[in-house]
Amino acid sequence: MTEWPRALVAPRAARRGPVSRVLARASALRHLDWVLLGAVLALAGVGSVLVWSATREELERAGDDPTALFKRQLLNLAIGMLLGSVAALVDHRQLRIYAPLVYVASCLGLVAVLTPLGATINGSHSWIVLGGGFQVQPSEFAKVALVVGMALLLGKQRQRDASPGHVDVLAVLALAALPMALIVLQPDLGTAMVFVFTIFGTLAISGAPSRWLVGLVLAGVVAAGAVWHLGLLEDYQVKRFTAFANPAADIRGAGYNSTQARIAVGSGGVVGKGLFQGSQTNGDFVPAQQTDFIFTVAGEELGFVGAGSILLLLGVVLLRGLRIATRADDLFGALVASAVVCWLAFQTFQNIGMTLGIMPVTGLPLPFVSYGGSSMFANLVAVGLLQNVHLRSMRA
Amino acid sequence: MSERSRLRLVVLRVLVVSLLVTLFGRLWYLQVIAGDTYARAAQDNQLREIVDPATRGQILDDVGRPLVRNRTAMVVSVDRIALLRQRDRGAVMLARLSPLLGMPLPELRQRVTLCPHAPRPLCWNGSPYQPIPVTDRAGTAAALAILERREQFPGVTAELTAVRDFPKPAGANAAHLLGYLSPVTDAELAARKAGKGQVLLRTDLVGRAGLEAEYDAALRGVPGVRRVAVDSVGAVTRELGDRPPVPGDHLVTSLDGGVQRVVEDALVHAVERAHSLGDRDGTPLRGTAAAGVVLDVRTGRVVALASYPTYDPAVWVGGISVKHYRALTAQDAGIPLLSRAVQGEFAPASTFKVISTAAAVQAGYPLDGVYACPGSYSVGSRLFRNFDSQPLGPVTLHTALVKSCDTVFYRFAYEMWLHDGGTSPGPAPADPMVTMAKAWGLGRKTGIDLPSESSGRIADRAWKKRYWAAMKKSVCADATREPPGSYARQVAVEFCSDGWRFRAGDAANFAIGQGDTLVTPLQLATAYAALANGGTVWSPRIGKAVLSPNGRVVERIEPRVRGRLPVPPPVLAYIREALAGVPVSGTAAGAFAGFPLDRLPVAGKTGTGQVLGKQDTSWFVSFAPANAPQFAVVVMVAEGGQGARVAAPAVREIYEGMYGLAGRPAALPGGQPPTGLPVVRNNVVVPASSPPTSAGDGRRSG
Repeated sequence: MTEWPRALVAPRAARRGPVSRVLARASALRHLDWVLLGAVLALAGVGSVLVWSATREELERAGDDPTALFKRQLLNLAIGMLLGSVAALVDHRQLRIYAPLVYVASCLGLVAVLTPLGATINGSHSWIVLGGGFQVQPSEFAKVALVVGMALLLGKQRQRDASPGHVDVLAVLALAALPMALIVLQPDLGTAMVFVFTIFGTLAISGAPSRWLVGLVLAGVVAAGAVWHLGLLEDYQVKRFTAFANPAADIRGAGYNSTQARIAVGSGGVVGKGLFQGSQTNGDFVPAQQTDFIFTVAGEELGFVGAGSILLLLGVVLLRGLRIATRADDLFGALVASAVVCWLAFQTFQNIGMTLGIMPVTGLPLPFVSYGGSSMFANLVAVGLLQNVHLRSMRA
Repeated sequence: MSERSRLRLVVLRVLVVSLLVTLFGRLWYLQVIAGDTYARAAQDNQLREIVDPATRGQILDDVGRPLVRNRTAMVVSVDRIALLRQRDRGAVMLARLSPLLGMPLPELRQRVTLCPHAPRPLCWNGSPYQPIPVTDRAGTAAALAILERREQFPGVTAELTAVRDFPKPAGANAAHLLGYLSPVTDAELAARKAGKGQVLLRTDLVGRAGLEAEYDAALRGVPGVRRVAVDSVGAVTRELGDRPPVPGDHLVTSLDGGVQRVVEDALVHAVERAHSLGDRDGTPLRGTAAAGVVLDVRTGRVVALASYPTYDPAVWVGGISVKHYRALTAQDAGIPLLSRAVQGEFAPASTFKVISTAAAVQAGYPLDGVYACPGSYSVGSRLFRNFDSQPLGPVTLHTALVKSCDTVFYRFAYEMWLHDGGTSPGPAPADPMVTMAKAWGLGRKTGIDLPSESSGRIADRAWKKRYWAAMKKSVCADATREPPGSYARQVAVEFCSDGWRFRAGDAANFAIGQGDTLVTPLQLATAYAALANGGTVWSPRIGKAVLSPNGRVVERIEPRVRGRLPVPPPVLAYIREALAGVPVSGTAAGAFAGFPLDRLPVAGKTGTGQVLGKQDTSWFVSFAPANAPQFAVVVMVAEGGQGARVAAPAVREIYEGMYGLAGRPAALPGGQPPTGLPVVRNNVVVPASSPPTSAGDGRRSG
């Protein structure tokens, strides 16, 4: 860990006096994308309060501290900020060294999930319990590894305007295949879909041949059809899809989450019922409300004004990410940034879409807002990577 | 970065923006456009209505003694939904519950199964969403065990609930009159929702028979509703409103507990007497069933109405068991569920002769005439014998009734039949006896305030045609199947071609109440009440008044006049006087030997009904006091032999019990039914006989 304090210092300021060095550090701070950081911190702050609202009644009923999860989420945020800072300030050459380590570590973690070390939490078998109330979700870190890994493979220095060739595309697919397979085995359909969208988006941005893109889409359609017809999906997954197609079919069963979520959001109206005043939230009608269905708390208690603001903030994050991708001074940076955008964009759309009843129910947290350590860490590291790319383009 | 990459970044930006716009649009729709709908859905989500059942009203006898009231019982209920949520569908939990309740596991399982997935009557016929009461006989220990170990008994509740109780005043059972309750069915709920009658709730019990069914709306009351907010597991978070239950009204009846008891006992004794006696050919009488009716002839009110065999009405409370239900419907036990008094149909036999007499006089036979009473009488080609009596020579109508001479009435019937045209009647035959029988209320329901009354049957020309049309196909087939020349073939051939005709023999049988004419004991009682009261045919009533829980008279129930006898008063007086001679010197003289007829003159008529393939039906139909009639008393014993030997002594026993003769206490002191209503104050009944404590105040101020 001797690397990162040095990395705080921008190269040009390296041999100046102490005052200049502070100024140089300040210049790194000054050059951060503050709009992006502000939006992320706002989302995380509002998210923590929503987690508080969603959990305080239940904790109180159980005789626990009603703010326990709220405090925990603030701790998650703090740790995440630290990890994000590292990702933002580390030299991108060192990223090439760390990326394979994160990749290998998260693949090992995904394997461990499938062994007896893995645990099922909220119906999803994607956790490793570390003891002492801590658990990690390796698939979240796999997203980070995938983002950096793909950028490394596709962002190699090439002749001007040369696009990645077949070999590069195959290498990316090979890189993604292992974690993908492990995630499908869990099975965690939501994360797998994030992977698919991110891989496809990154390949597209990298300038990969259109034939590949068209081919991948066709392969995806065929594979989806095959999975459906061969009955490879778990029973509950099929039910979730049919419940999505017709929510009234089983209002107490598979359609329950979706129905209750829509009632919660819809009943919020324009200005909401007020923080801590949601009857759906307090009555515990929406399952997994502090995690996957956190947006329902915003919808019910803060109304269209509050939930719309969260959507706007998420939009700001995504558009800032795209801005960073466009302004990146090399392909590697552009690919890192656009991969992060693809990931966060799909996850946001899938999560809010399912709470609003326009996407089927899958277990995915809302970036920056949902309760959870692993996802918060991974999301903030992703933001850190965006800042990293941003800082480099500012220095160039 | 290549141009291609830049272009694709723009595409990605467009995609991201459109996804965000999609989410915004959907959010706008849900919260701003459809917000009200969802706000209502959220309200419904957290509102629950908890039904507070209303206490059902009591059923009281004429002096205010409760025949049916409520008691609190520890009722254990099982929530089917909670069972289904358990991994093993509650199998382990039920196995744990079964020994605690002392109920065999298979029975417990059937009780929590919806009909028709388990055999009746154990299966649950009520709402699938309602906790199912499995027993009301749980002990305190069982209830405590369930309440203290909630986690072991998910979905099981034990709570004190009001259930029906039968105090049997003066020992009166009255099971057939009172009826029973059972859970409301989905079909009834749907019918009530469609606007027929009171709206019912899923928790409701509904009167299924007897007075409980007839006066269900009055007795039921209105359940209270508590509106509460709940969370997703149904725990109450706050109360929003409370509409307290309105208890049901009480039904005061004209039944007298004491008289009812006397009648019920008399039926048991009559059946026992029949068992000790022999048939005409010496075989012991089976005495399978009996019925007794006591009517107030002046008001048309029912004082007692009993049927044998009977049962304990409490078997219905909390759901009847298989064993009990089988016992109630068993053929060899005489189907105790049936009320012979209003549902049983029997040939009236000689009790019908009062009607024949009235018809003959109306048709022109002089009231003071003298008529031959030979041992047999030729009706066309057939010889009709005198069953009840010896040849008496020339007799008055008085003697014909007292001694019950059949041949006198055969002659009336045959001559009237000939007058109507014999085998080729005119377009509108007079049929004086049929017309008279209808005027006395036979052949149709009396309209008593009980469900499922039978209408009896008058075997007139129209009935014969209907019967022939229904039977001819199978009988005509028999006519070709039986060996040629056999008696069976001869009968079949005759019926096949001529069975629709009302022949001379039919008319003769009709006149003495034999053949295919059937009456219920209650119908005969109303007919004789009309004879006794000077001609008013009542539609009798058991209910007398509906009283609110605080004593207000909600409704007075008056018997309806159903018709008047088309018989001049002198003729009725003549017949009454003749019947007064029956216990003195007539067919019932033996049965009434030693009875203080000077203190209580009784008028009556015996009847011995012949039933194909069964022993005779024993009848005694009476009224008393003969000179100023107050009550009509009818007893019928199926397969009880002669009326004089079995039914008449039972009627005597009833009078003795009512009036306190032969050393017995009087069930009706003074031989008068109470005229006033019992007083109910603060839901407590004050008997009618005791003077009201504060009524004087009202009188003084008024």
